[in-house]
Amino acid sequence: MASDNDNGSLDNSTALPIHISSLTKKYGDLYALDSVDLEIKSGEFLTLLGPSGSGKTTLLMAIAGFNRPDSGSIRFGDQEVILTPPHQRNVGMVFQSYALFPHMTVAGNVAFPLKLRGIGAQECEQRVAEALETVQLSGLGERGIDQLSGGQRQRVALARAFVFGPRILLMDEPLSALDKKLRERMQIELKILHRKLGVTTVYVTHDQREALTMSDRIAVINHGRLAQVDTPEVIYNHPANAFVADFIGESTMLPLDQDQAGNLHYKGSTIARKPPGDDADGWSLVVRPEHLSIMADPKTDNDKTIVFRGKVVETVFQGETAFSIIAIDDQTELQIRFGTGSKAKSGYPQSGADVSVGLGRDDVIVIPGDQRQ
Amino acid sequence: MTAADVEKTAQSGKPLHGEALRRQHTREQWTLLSLAAPAMIVVVLIILIPVGWLFYLSFVGSSGEFSMEHYRKMVEYKSYARVFLTTFQVSVLTTLICIFIGYPLSYFLALLPARLVGIFMLAVLLPFWTSLLVRTYAWLVLLQKKGLLNDFAMQIGLWDSPVKLVHNMTGTLIGMAHIMLPFLVLPLYNAMKKIDRDLMYAAANLGASPAGAFWKVYFPLSLPGMVAGSLIVFVLCLGFYVTPAVLGGGRVIMVATQITAILENQFDWGAASALGVVLLVATVLFLYMAARLFKFDAALFGKG
Repeated sequence: MASDNDNGSLDNSTALPIHISSLTKKYGDLYALDSVDLEIKSGEFLTLLGPSGSGKTTLLMAIAGFNRPDSGSIRFGDQEVILTPPHQRNVGMVFQSYALFPHMTVAGNVAFPLKLRGIGAQECEQRVAEALETVQLSGLGERGIDQLSGGQRQRVALARAFVFGPRILLMDEPLSALDKKLRERMQIELKILHRKLGVTTVYVTHDQREALTMSDRIAVINHGRLAQVDTPEVIYNHPANAFVADFIGESTMLPLDQDQAGNLHYKGSTIARKPPGDDADGWSLVVRPEHLSIMADPKTDNDKTIVFRGKVVETVFQGETAFSIIAIDDQTELQIRFGTGSKAKSGYPQSGADVSVGLGRDDVIVIPGDQRQ
Repeated sequence: MTAADVEKTAQSGKPLHGEALRRQHTREQWTLLSLAAPAMIVVVLIILIPVGWLFYLSFVGSSGEFSMEHYRKMVEYKSYARVFLTTFQVSVLTTLICIFIGYPLSYFLALLPARLVGIFMLAVLLPFWTSLLVRTYAWLVLLQKKGLLNDFAMQIGLWDSPVKLVHNMTGTLIGMAHIMLPFLVLPLYNAMKKIDRDLMYAAANLGASPAGAFWKVYFPLSLPGMVAGSLIVFVLCLGFYVTPAVLGGGRVIMVATQITAILENQFDWGAASALGVVLLVATVLFLYMAARLFKFDAALFGKG
């Protein structure tokens, strides 16, 4: 591997930044990519996260060179590649279907890019063995593809994508075909592999948990536009808009009223002293289930807590957590999540019970846009 | 069975309901087998018995006793060798022409968007649904000395005097290739349709040029379909009668036309049967060797 030759250093010799500017792709009247600008740093693990049809795969395929954008620029480092055919872009890619060549062995698949680059038989063999060792498939080189399990195929696809030392690695929902347990293990393995290879990685998924687990940064994409690009913590704790708040994590959005002084209220409770910006068309409060707690006796707002009164609609036990749905008025329901086991001190609220629910002021998330129905 | 019966059986030490469950299983298997009964009766009545009869006839001499004379004649007379050679030659050439035309055509069809495939497939299949005899005579009309093709070519000055396009090998091959093309295109198109597009993307991504991706990935994966289609064409050609008879005009003598000739001229069932038997054995032998060579059993004999 290239990283071994470079003593595993993470400098520009093993990774390249990707600069995307004004990238536009239309299918009929629909913008799959609407003038996208995105800077992907050298060596970072960036995830394109969005619902199906959001344009995330279109963007990845444009980087790989498999679809032709209508306009815009893609640069790898200093080099413009928008017109470069895919076979000259020198990026590794793991396909959702794995796309392993069924008429070749495992070793044949992994050696494929090396042979095309004219690498001699001996070095080729050595690099294939190294790559297979990296993905923990040593000794399976002579197997046929149809003799492998789903997880093993995934690893072969991975080995084939990085064996030739590309400085950019693209992955299109590579774990979506695996079962939950294996998927979660592979997420960690991919993260470790990324650190080891140090290669710029662009990862596509629609699974927000996967994105949060693996990424250095997440680019949330919707309707061909970037909704927010930031670290997982910022994306989760400070969503920039309603789409991000809704798509990542569970949340309820409560529309806020603004008084003359600019302060924001929800039904008499003061939520925020001053709005975090001033050009918005109304504001909403994002309430996450894990930020709420049941208060022992009826209470009112104080310096640290905002209190909602409501009636428990239903309580559900889900294993590691449980949650209750609490109606705070005719139209609005909050969800509250608790730990189970010894953490659940006083049992769960019963259906029909009147409860007070507290939201810590530190956990207040205010987003622009009035989410009133 | 009452609860008491169940109790009793359990005490007897036999597996509970074991016998009855086994009987039920056997009955289901026989029911399933009976679905194939009509086909099996047909196979026995119109294939096995007549072919057995042919075998028998081919070993009966002119005076009615067991004899190898028909087979001996085939070895002794050079004309027979020529017939087999011609048959083989026409079959190989037809197959090659079909591959040459059919492979690019199938590739084209496999790349077309689904809604357009129907239209182009119709162009391949429409002749397939027309009577074989009609198509063969249509070629005769087109290709003969004063046919459309010669007239047209001479009018635009391609050649001065009529070119002999029919009643010879050329005409036979044109007609045969036209008739056999769908038998190659259909299995080949099916095989190509199953090749995942991502594989070509992957090949390009890994550094293969379009031509490289085709030869290293697409072609090997389409090969089983091509072998299956070619074998169907080749085997059909071996026993083909109408087209060589009409378009060959007596100059292209294949096994089937020779059998007719023997029956019409000499009314010699024994000699005709012997020819048929040799063709049958040669075909089966050829298929067996091809199966061993290409491991194509899966492609031709079912199984995925």
